Amino acid sequence: MATPAAPVSTIKGGAFLLEARTPQEIYSPEDFTDEHRAIAKTTEEFWAKEVGPNVEAIQQGDKALAISIVKKSAQLGLTAVTAPEEYGGMEMDMVAQMVVAEALSKDGSYSGWHGAHAGIGTTPVLLWGTPAQKEKYLTKLASAELIGAYCLSEPQAGSDALAAKTRADLSADGTHYILNGQKMWITNGGGADLYTVFAKINGEKDKFTAFLVERAWPGVQPGHEEKKMGIKGSSTTAVYFDNVKVPVENVLGEIGRGHIIAFNVLNLGRLKLGPFAVGGSKNVLAISIKYAKERMAFGQPIANFGLMQHKIAEMAIKTFAAESMTYRVVGDIENNLKGWSWKSENAANSYLKAVEEFAAECSYIKVFASETLDYVVDEGVQIHGGYGYHQDYAVERAYRDSRINRIFEGTSEINRLLATGTLLKRALRGQLPLVAAVKALQAELMAPPTLSAGALSPAEEENRMAANAKKLALLCLGAAYQRFMDKVEKEQEVMAGITDIAMNAFAIESVSLRAQKLAALGKGEMAAAMSAVFCREAMDLCEQTAKVVLSACAEGDTLRIMLASVKRLAKYEPANSIGLRRQIAEKLIVAEKYVL
Amino acid sequence: MKIIVAIKQVPARDSQLKIQSGAQWIEEDDLTFEINEPDAYALEEALQLKEKHGGEVVALCLGPARAASTIREALAKGADRAIHISEESINGLDTLAVAKLLAGAIKSEAPDLVLTGLQSDDLGYGQAGVVLAELLGVPHATIIMQVSIEGGTLRVKRELEDGWFQFVTMPLPAVLTIQSGINKLRYATLMGIKKAKTKEIKVLSAADAGGAGTAVSTLDRVYVPLRTKVSTIFEGDAKSTAAQLVEKLKFEVRVL
Repeated sequence: MATPAAPVSTIKGGAFLLEARTPQEIYSPEDFTDEHRAIAKTTEEFWAKEVGPNVEAIQQGDKALAISIVKKSAQLGLTAVTAPEEYGGMEMDMVAQMVVAEALSKDGSYSGWHGAHAGIGTTPVLLWGTPAQKEKYLTKLASAELIGAYCLSEPQAGSDALAAKTRADLSADGTHYILNGQKMWITNGGGADLYTVFAKINGEKDKFTAFLVERAWPGVQPGHEEKKMGIKGSSTTAVYFDNVKVPVENVLGEIGRGHIIAFNVLNLGRLKLGPFAVGGSKNVLAISIKYAKERMAFGQPIANFGLMQHKIAEMAIKTFAAESMTYRVVGDIENNLKGWSWKSENAANSYLKAVEEFAAECSYIKVFASETLDYVVDEGVQIHGGYGYHQDYAVERAYRDSRINRIFEGTSEINRLLATGTLLKRALRGQLPLVAAVKALQAELMAPPTLSAGALSPAEEENRMAANAKKLALLCLGAAYQRFMDKVEKEQEVMAGITDIAMNAFAIESVSLRAQKLAALGKGEMAAAMSAVFCREAMDLCEQTAKVVLSACAEGDTLRIMLASVKRLAKYEPANSIGLRRQIAEKLIVAEKYVL
Repeated sequence: MKIIVAIKQVPARDSQLKIQSGAQWIEEDDLTFEINEPDAYALEEALQLKEKHGGEVVALCLGPARAASTIREALAKGADRAIHISEESINGLDTLAVAKLLAGAIKSEAPDLVLTGLQSDDLGYGQAGVVLAELLGVPHATIIMQVSIEGGTLRVKRELEDGWFQFVTMPLPAVLTIQSGINKLRYATLMGIKKAKTKEIKVLSAADAGGAGTAVSTLDRVYVPLRTKVSTIFEGDAKSTAAQLVEKLKFEVRVL
């Protein structure tokens, strides 16, 4: 039995930059309960028996088949993990939901169908539906009798969703709205029965509102299937609304508060991209290792070669980092939801607040996990050589399927801006004492360096690196704010650079603390090696980025002093990363899969 | 009708096995474990019989603490309760000891039917069910493909060799050892997993189950079968080499 993460009273989003944590305070897969493990196992079995043999047919566009599998999965409860039991849900925790997402991630097309239905297709009704709306729709979404979809993007409104042109006008008798407009890139568009549609009432900017729209109503028409680069077996269409009569009781949430739904659903979606990308990465890692063991070159399996081992190890290390970050955040959210249930007062609101609190971390996960998966599939193709470029090999599909993850749920660029933007907003509102931390850091950097009290253990060294990476982020934040003041948000490169440093600081800390936790459980050897490599690479990236950011924020002697501080903070005891990677790869090659 | 299903937890089928130093067993540290495949079909058969005839399904498992996850899975799939004979060193037990412990736990339950897989994926002796029936003093049938119960009698279909089957009518109570693949396994649903938490697992020690007694057979050594390939080159003229070859084929390989 794993020791459960020690409770921390409440954790503030973004506070990781200012506070150190102990290994026991961060949640990780080692804390899964037997129930979570059983859920993972049954979901993996479901995938292997129901989805696996049908991947090719789904890929060829067999919508009816994909939908029938989603419906079958509903019999297991996989489409309504968190929803309340009274509406046919399983009423389980967020970890359970993430475990299911990870186990369903081996094929992008099926997870497109499943994820869009159970995630963005169901969440709006689940969280904002009235009891009558839930009775009518949530129960049928939970059982997958109705397939759901979420209609936010438009041809001219993507990242700037509020620029939507779709409009709803109240009928003269006040009984219904007339919906007109076009939505774009709608996942499940060609197979859904119920759409959550965002539109402006009377076309007014401050009347952005969500509506529940049934596919069967006159005037609702999905377009043809888009010809996509990847996830070709998922349905992506435009959806047209031509004078659709939507009864007033199908307004979802408050009028003019549609953006609250839109943005919160995206927060959740970003978080869920974590387990999705982690599961996908583990799958590609496994098929690539198997290939490397079978493929002979120069009289031996290519898995014996150093450069192949480098790839295999690095794929696993990045996956370990993404996994550690993801479940840490899930644990932090769960921690803040202690004692919460659907029966709590304002249940949906407090649930959303708990997630929204970690908006910056959710953005880190979205960016880091999707870039990890992209890295893993790219190296997966490379390990396969020419065969990786051939459609008969699963890695070729994984490569194309992966690319969309950096685009949907808010592009990686938007998320890089949002993450640091969120921290700045909280600091200005006095919710996050960033200013004090920056001042304290400036004072510390002016003082002569304290002599270290002797050699540090590897774990202590990594804790120090985590602390210093955070200081690099604070140094850059302080400098950027001093230079650009309230215009700093317009400096996109600076904002994104700060996000990269803070995100990597978060990653360094998540990885090293989890490695220490595994060591305490007697299973730390692999994780310690991964952590030693990862922390140093991430620190180099922080240093490089800090130099670029600071050079845009200061000049002359001020800049030179800052850069000297960067050098001091980014210093670390070297480690033989080539040797460590070989050691990591060796174990992975024996296991033929991701293991710790 | 009360049905007891004896299940075993074994290493997952795709495991990379390493033999322990001392060659007494395999290294278990890095392994994942799952329900023995034929036992999964025995459990499914029991659940389907319960759906038809009513009653109760009790999962019985002899194994170390880690076997609890397999027991929970049986409960999640629909077993009503479970008995766990908790014994850390089951690999040192011989078939007779295993059957004695299972029988010890079964006797006081007085079930109408005991089902188990025809053999285990790890040791594969295929004996536990048969010895268990003997100890319980009830009839048994092995390699069962089909089970039906009518008016207190049992009719089963056995798999014989070479595509032959045998139908047997037998009285209850009885022990049946079930063949893999005879039914469609159900999934543990999330709701089942959730409810399994509230179901009873009675934990017995080996002593509670009447003790294992003295072993009558011991596991001598675990090893990977050696691949042997020996080539012989016959010397001499065509006639004498042909004669040597015929002799080998006749008396060593015995194919002529």
